[in-house]
Amino acid sequence: MWKGGAEGRFREFDVPRHPSQTVLDVVTYIQRVLDPTLAYRYACRVGMCGSCAMTVNGEPRWTCRTHVDRVVKNDSVSVGPLRNLPVIRDLVTDMSGFFDKWARARGQFKPSRTKKDDVARVRPQSEDRRAVDAGIECIGCGVCYAACDVVSWNPDYLGPAALNRAWTLVKDERDAGRIERLRAVAGDAGCHSCHTHMSCTERCPKKLSPTAGIAGLKREVFKSTLRGEL
Amino acid sequence: MTPKEETLLWIAQRASAAVLALCIVVHLATIIYAVQGGLTAAEILGRTRGNTAWLAFYSIFVLAVAVHAPIGLRSVLMEWLGWRGRSRDRVLLGLSVVLAWMGMRAALGVFL
Repeated sequence: MWKGGAEGRFREFDVPRHPSQTVLDVVTYIQRVLDPTLAYRYACRVGMCGSCAMTVNGEPRWTCRTHVDRVVKNDSVSVGPLRNLPVIRDLVTDMSGFFDKWARARGQFKPSRTKKDDVARVRPQSEDRRAVDAGIECIGCGVCYAACDVVSWNPDYLGPAALNRAWTLVKDERDAGRIERLRAVAGDAGCHSCHTHMSCTERCPKKLSPTAGIAGLKREVFKSTLRGEL
Repeated sequence: MTPKEETLLWIAQRASAAVLALCIVVHLATIIYAVQGGLTAAEILGRTRGNTAWLAFYSIFVLAVAVHAPIGLRSVLMEWLGWRGRSRDRVLLGLSVVLAWMGMRAALGVFL
């Protein structure tokens, strides 16, 4: 278990095993029984809130839905803070940079109608809506961001989650911020830096594919550039 | 650089990659085919001198390299060395000119 800030170290704890025990159960046991100073973050415990992501045996995971049985090696599990984010203390990282990038990627919905207009009718089977559906269930856990090598090489890179969010809005037919969003996600800090390693897609606990969304953004930016809109 | 300029660089790199993929296949196939029975320098020059189709092909090849390689190195320099900004882009522009000059010099050397 990682203890301390960025300059901390791993410390060993003995935790009893139980059936269906999750990594979050292990962390909670340590905090409640063995070391009350341990700092960690969680809320829902059922894979909805996205607050309990940590590095488990070197890989980013949502700890509330990760069974110890699946990750244990030689009767031990290492748990540390997420990569690519500043460590505040122990297992808690500062996520503000991660969410600031959502804002920089124009991750806010920009309405094209007013309350006086009729409700937008979006066909669930339309191509655009299906693309939105494929990426919309992001819980903002930061696992993809921690898994991404491009983030570690280029700190300005917006990262898979922010770009995935931008993609779901680009494909939202009610949204009016398309061009400024495409401008925000183009270039060296945006979709064009993605190397398609697919670590985000590999690790996403919700089985989303930010890689597919980023490829979609590249296509949309390409088309807009040719049309002279960018 | 603006997002638009960076996007244009990205497009230029993808487009030059498509050209290079074709050029490299033709280049390698021609070498393998041409040297089957052994080939002297005089025989090579006999085929390339004054051959405008040959010169046109290799001019495109060289220019595609001059476009493609510096844009790729741009990312490598940023990601591996953290080197970004105008100083990097100016050096890479210089590299592009050097690649084009050396390549065209070689192509013209066996054409003229």
